[in-house]
Amino acid sequence: MSDFPYLLTMIAVPAVGAAAVAALPRGREGTARQLALGVSLVVLLLAVLTTIAFDAGGERFQLTTSVSWIPDFGVDFALGVDGIALVMLLLIGVLVPVVVVASWRDEPTGRRSMRAFWAWLLLLESMMVGVFAATDVFLFYVFFEAMLVPMYFLIGSFGGPRRQYAAVKFFLYSLVGGLVMLAAVIGLYVVSANELGEGTFAFDALRQIEIDPGVQKLLFLGFFVAFAIKAPLVPFHTWLPDSGAEAPIGGAVLLVGVLDKVGTFGFIRYCLPLFPDASRDLAPYVLVLAVAGILYAALLAMGQSDMKRLVSYTSIAHFGFIALGIFAFTTEATTGAVLYMVNHGIATGLLFLVVGMLIARGGSRLVGDYGGVATQAPLLAGVFLIAGLASLALPGTNSFVSEFLVLIGSFPTRPVFTVLATVGIVLAALYVLLLYQRTMHGPPRGVLLEPAPETPAGATGAGDGATPATGSGGGATAATATLEAPAAAPARLRVRDLSRRELAVAAPMVAIVIALGFYPQPLIDLIEPAVAATMSDVGADPAGVSPQAPVEGTD
Amino acid sequence: MDTAPADGLIAASWLLIALPLAGAAVLLLGGRRTDRWGHLLGTGTVVAAFALGLLCTLQLDGRRVDVDLFTFVSTGSLDVQAGLLFDPLSAVFVLLITGVGALIHVYSIGYMAHDPRRRRFFAYLNLFVAAMLLLVLGDNFVALYVGWEGVGLASYLLIAFWHERPSAATAAKKAFIMNRVGDVGLALAIFLMFAQLGTVSYDGVFGAVGTLAAGTVTAIGLLLLLGACGKSGQFPLQAWLPDAMEGPTPVSALIHAATMVTAGVYLIARSAPIYDQTPTARAVVLAVGALTLMIGAIAGCAQDDIKKVLAYSTVSQIGYMFLAVGLGPVGYVAGLAHLLTHGFFKAGLFLGAGSVMHAMDDEVDMRRFGGLASRMKVTFVTFGLGYLALIGFPFLSGFYTKDAIIEAAFDRGDGWGYLLGGVAILAAGLTAFYMTRLMLMTFFGRPRWEPGVHPHESPTVMTAPMVLLAVGSVLAGFLLVVAFPLESWLTPVFGEPEEAEHVVAPLVVSVLVTVVMALGVLTAWLFVGRREVPVTAPVRVSPVTRAARRALYADAVNESLFMRPGQWLTRALVFFDNRGVDGAVNGLAATLGGSSSRLGRTQTGFVRSYALSMLGGAVVVAGALLAVTAG
Repeated sequence: MSDFPYLLTMIAVPAVGAAAVAALPRGREGTARQLALGVSLVVLLLAVLTTIAFDAGGERFQLTTSVSWIPDFGVDFALGVDGIALVMLLLIGVLVPVVVVASWRDEPTGRRSMRAFWAWLLLLESMMVGVFAATDVFLFYVFFEAMLVPMYFLIGSFGGPRRQYAAVKFFLYSLVGGLVMLAAVIGLYVVSANELGEGTFAFDALRQIEIDPGVQKLLFLGFFVAFAIKAPLVPFHTWLPDSGAEAPIGGAVLLVGVLDKVGTFGFIRYCLPLFPDASRDLAPYVLVLAVAGILYAALLAMGQSDMKRLVSYTSIAHFGFIALGIFAFTTEATTGAVLYMVNHGIATGLLFLVVGMLIARGGSRLVGDYGGVATQAPLLAGVFLIAGLASLALPGTNSFVSEFLVLIGSFPTRPVFTVLATVGIVLAALYVLLLYQRTMHGPPRGVLLEPAPETPAGATGAGDGATPATGSGGGATAATATLEAPAAAPARLRVRDLSRRELAVAAPMVAIVIALGFYPQPLIDLIEPAVAATMSDVGADPAGVSPQAPVEGTD
Repeated sequence: MDTAPADGLIAASWLLIALPLAGAAVLLLGGRRTDRWGHLLGTGTVVAAFALGLLCTLQLDGRRVDVDLFTFVSTGSLDVQAGLLFDPLSAVFVLLITGVGALIHVYSIGYMAHDPRRRRFFAYLNLFVAAMLLLVLGDNFVALYVGWEGVGLASYLLIAFWHERPSAATAAKKAFIMNRVGDVGLALAIFLMFAQLGTVSYDGVFGAVGTLAAGTVTAIGLLLLLGACGKSGQFPLQAWLPDAMEGPTPVSALIHAATMVTAGVYLIARSAPIYDQTPTARAVVLAVGALTLMIGAIAGCAQDDIKKVLAYSTVSQIGYMFLAVGLGPVGYVAGLAHLLTHGFFKAGLFLGAGSVMHAMDDEVDMRRFGGLASRMKVTFVTFGLGYLALIGFPFLSGFYTKDAIIEAAFDRGDGWGYLLGGVAILAAGLTAFYMTRLMLMTFFGRPRWEPGVHPHESPTVMTAPMVLLAVGSVLAGFLLVVAFPLESWLTPVFGEPEEAEHVVAPLVVSVLVTVVMALGVLTAWLFVGRREVPVTAPVRVSPVTRAARRALYADAVNESLFMRPGQWLTRALVFFDNRGVDGAVNGLAATLGGSSSRLGRTQTGFVRSYALSMLGGAVVVAGALLAVTAG
């Protein structure tokens, strides 16, 4: 089975699935989502099989496939994974089926059909697999840009009230970044043509080239800007809160959970090994952005009134931690950063999902429209709390391991930045617990209260200040369902606890959060060899930090 | 000292943590199905852990036993093993946590009998005990940190147990946040150890700490102290501890006596090899301890809420323990002995306070109590014994352990020693004052009950643990100091005790402390016992009383220094981000995508523009490639 083209299949299956879903006749909505679920589960199975076929101690790139694509320019359709790409494929494999189930009851807005939603979702999955599996820089660029299209339609057609604004903003930002990167990709080709006599886009060949430091800096910046927009670092971040807030929940999970990780993945895969001198020279500036992002975005998260914007800002803070780990240039920190990419996808994905479940009940995205939910819906509150705790990196959750590795690995080389970043863990506790207290604790209040008898429009009145329910597809169904429910005594919450379907969404995510919190080593074993290789490329000791004490102890 | 491989029952000491953890998991996952027997399971797991802990301790025989479990995280040169260390020090803590913890569990069966969420309460209690056991059993600083924050989570859940009450929710959040501030210190200490020594295990760090520069050791010591201050409610992070009274009363007993607050003392005692190297950090520990023991004692004198008095008493008593461990080798054992006796009498006092509240329809205002001695005889007697033990009544437990700390302070021999000893004696007088005031207001005098309150004794399931703790309060000091000295039990950890040269004869100290204590009692009787207690607190009081009522303005300082500027900063940044950063980029976007809203309305329009830009990109690519091939 080792010759089986796992990666090609993982790209092809969801693409074919997308076409099949799109080709379904109108009215076969049920079939469409079943098909989507089936396809995404097949991809999950393929991701697991890929992991089994992958030998953690073997070659860096495995399961490679290469077909000549545009021979005139040396472009190959070359696929292969190292441990870093592999764990991202696993993340995609897990998240997409979860998102499918979470979006199961979403209703389309306007005249769109949910078939289109499922088709775009599957196409997005295919593109995401491609972008991580590409080992040809041009192919990477193609997937990087192509990935925008399905996400654009997911936001623009199925998002909240300001979806058009958000989608265009997302698109423009990404496009600008992409074009800058394209220039750098071409520049890289030119350089390789000069060095090797024949231009190439193959990652492994490009890695061997010694590039002039000045050129390195320019090329580095070309890639960096694209990646810093994608995994937004302050000040390139303002598109994310809009996109995260307006995207349908499923889209938001994949946007923040996977799509944005292409940026941090790009730092590790392309910026560090291809431009080691530039990476080292410019690292202090990147670290400033990273740490500024950790603190700035955390403070901003505290000030948000919209829950989805809030979660988006927390992600920007988390991307700061990832960037810190990558540009600290130690095996410990960078391994932590890669693990962070996976863990953040799970933890923030779960937080987005559970926020979506809450919005589906209340029809408002505003924090202030909720309160006291824990009394009525303990399961929902419990999952909310676990997601929040994972977000603030409490030990016992998966995020702790990665955040701890990033910080402890960065401290030896970058103590000042690390100390500042560590202050971020207090801010993280604040934004999570403030959100939790406002929505879950206290006496019941807000949009989930039964309308008072004398003002029949009470509930809508309370929601007026909020974004209307159309924001989330699920909101519409929930609202109809609750309107049919017989009115209970006034001042009672009308919130139901998690349904079986929602439990099926939350349970696997919670299980992963806790399992990886206590036993992360298997993932670390996958990640570390690729990280160590990257560290040698950038001139750091792949064996990790060496203790400083003997030096100091002698004086 | 050599580490012995795990054998016999000690090899299974991971069960100590696993039992309560499994209890918590079953209760949380099992849902309502476990409602009927959940509290029994919760209690049973902790009782079983206590039994196991006792057997392990009996097998220990002064050894240091390492239990390797699995590799937690290993990458680069960082290697964190999940391993346990069972030695005389951790054994002491295991017995305290599981022993007192089990009694509190039993008591809670009665106390929470009518709460619809009793099962969840027991789940959280179990989680608390498990986290605390991990904290004291881990064989490296990361395991300690995991337990450390786990305790923070469990306390959050328990303080916010009645989360419908906004005050409870706020208190829980406050506790967690202030603890996290301390956690930053602990985390940075761990980072520094790794950066300098390349290891985070106790063996590795303590073995090599001597090679470090003095400044580095001091930095590590101070950072660890910041962590300890957060968890133990010491200055400047003490303000969360009294608010933690918002939780159900057994929680207060658990937090204040058996678990959470003792963690800071444990951390410093465990890190003795680090503090032995750094007199500077030790001096700061001393200062923190002395300052906090006064703050707690002063604030305790002016509270009307029975639980708040006990809470500030805890702040103050932990201050004594910090003072003791700050003294270095002479003080470790004294501090730990006081920690153990405090565990008995403070748990007993809190459970007694809970019993009073149970009888008074959850009233906590002592101005509404009075004359309860005849109505609640068991509570009165057990509470009274705890009271006597706390104020250091001769030959009860507090007498032995508090005196030892004061003696050790004097034994420094310098001016600081006299100052610290003097402060500790003064605070002993204040302790006698506020506790006597509490006794008089609660159990003596005329009843000042709210109409409709009918005090009654609590059920046996609650009084039995109180009786056991009262027995402990009476005997523990004698047992730990005279009969079976803790000092010799802990010799394998802290080394042979030096024969102390007493600056002030122990007898003189004892007499002095007892006299000051008696003065405190007398003053309280003059102020409170002789006169009628007003039902509402007098408004026209001296500035000192006003300051003491507000706990020397700790909350006010925190709010004006951190909270309000923070809120202002957050608001300003949100404005800046929306208008400044986003505005700048949006201006560009508006120009580029000019009619984006119009484009948006018709999908085709946008697709066209998308195709157009793609085409543009393709042209650029093609042109560039041509240029490359041509050149």
